[in-house]
Amino acid sequence: MIESARPPAVGGQSGANVEEDDVNRLDKKHPRAIRWMHWINVPVLTIMIWSGLLIYWANDVYDLGLGGITLVHFFPDWFYRGLGLEHGLALGMAYHFTFMWFFAVNGLGYVLYTAVSGEWRHLLPNRRTPREAWLVVLHDLRIYKGPLPQAKFNGAQRIAYTGVILMGAGSLVTGLAIYKPAQLGWLTGLLGGYEWARAEHFALTIGYVLFFVVHIAQVVRAGWNNFRAMVTGYELVPAKEADHA
Amino acid sequence: MPDPKGPPPAGVTAERQMRRLTRRGFITGGAAALAGLGAWRWLATATPEDGVPWPLRRVLRWNESLAESLGSPHGLAPTFPSNAARGPARTNGLIGLDNDVDSTRWRLRVQHESRGEKTIRLQDVLALPRHDLATEFKCVEGWNEVMHFSGVRFVDFATRFGLATRSGRAPDPLGNPKDLYRYVYLATPDEDYYVGLDMASALHPQTLLCDAMNGHPLSRQHGAPLRLYLAVKYGYKSLKRIGIIRFQDQRPADYWAARGYDWYAGL
Repeated sequence: MIESARPPAVGGQSGANVEEDDVNRLDKKHPRAIRWMHWINVPVLTIMIWSGLLIYWANDVYDLGLGGITLVHFFPDWFYRGLGLEHGLALGMAYHFTFMWFFAVNGLGYVLYTAVSGEWRHLLPNRRTPREAWLVVLHDLRIYKGPLPQAKFNGAQRIAYTGVILMGAGSLVTGLAIYKPAQLGWLTGLLGGYEWARAEHFALTIGYVLFFVVHIAQVVRAGWNNFRAMVTGYELVPAKEADHA
Repeated sequence: MPDPKGPPPAGVTAERQMRRLTRRGFITGGAAALAGLGAWRWLATATPEDGVPWPLRRVLRWNESLAESLGSPHGLAPTFPSNAARGPARTNGLIGLDNDVDSTRWRLRVQHESRGEKTIRLQDVLALPRHDLATEFKCVEGWNEVMHFSGVRFVDFATRFGLATRSGRAPDPLGNPKDLYRYVYLATPDEDYYVGLDMASALHPQTLLCDAMNGHPLSRQHGAPLRLYLAVKYGYKSLKRIGIIRFQDQRPADYWAARGYDWYAGL
């Protein structure tokens, strides 16, 4: 759903360059700036989530339940013990309020870069996206066996990658609202008050973790060539599958 | 590296170039990862300053000056109707409240860096105009509760008794800011618990000296006979059972800041 391996191209698109069809081809995929900002997120998000958990431990009030029955408590004791998250509120805040700058600058840099470079055209959902995303989901569930439209990112990817950027913006905004609820009282109020803003900030983090799980699964599924493109910037487009993205 | 404008390399050329790009990409990535790990080790093991690695302490200070420059002393924290505070207020932290205190004999000891000590009686503090303030009390642990504080404004107290200034005149932050000391230190009578405040936060209109909470006289656990409340700080700055107030230019010690927490703690 996120990083689909490319299925055979839709008929008619691959026939243009007959002499190139039977050899591999090197295609530019990810610009350098996007690759750096993508990878910088790995340590920055890890530190933000870790320090966030150190902070959350001090008042771990969230449950997921149904009709008065608690299904999941965030988090069980073994989770805190296993990750060494107990009694670290002060250190957690110090790290969180330091690395928030890296998170914000990296995220704003990414948005600016995609806007200025035109990369947004590959990333923002368009009017074909909902149908395409649905086909990708059906394809990944092995229900739909037909060809998928060829593009740098498919509809499901467009939704996921735009969504996660919106989530990042949400983390920034809800984070500011609970960091400065007096100075930015209007913002905290807009988000439903301090308690709601804190819960929203937490829920977004859970959202990242879910995104991450699906993202990793899809990267593994899509294979080496796809993963390598996020490191080198280039993709080897296999013979007879070359498209003109 | 292939020319992005020319036709993409194909066949054997493409595969050879891909191998070269892969080698280069992973070497660069590996080096960056190692540099990042090194930076992390350096940061995590940097000499602690007040309980956290010193670079983090520096950033907290920088965040503080940024927050101050964006106008914290003037903005008001959101307020609520008094009846939004229900039941007894939550208590947390009893450091410095061990012994009983006799409020009839209780005296506030007020000191200035270069002046003698002055003692002020409780009834003289409470003779000032009364104010009610219902705001959301926020604990650094992450919980919050609407609480209703009653008492007198710290700024009125400083004005009435000519405190916080070098000259002994009433504080005038706009007209004569140089006359003000930069910081305030407040402590319990035994100095087991103590807080440091920037002057702007101390003189903030929502900073009160309180003798009542949620409609009842202060209990011992809430800091009888007189406690501080600041709407613009985390709860750990709202000292209970004030015994000593000192105005000074040096940044005062702070109980929780010495244990790794942010000194400024501004909301």
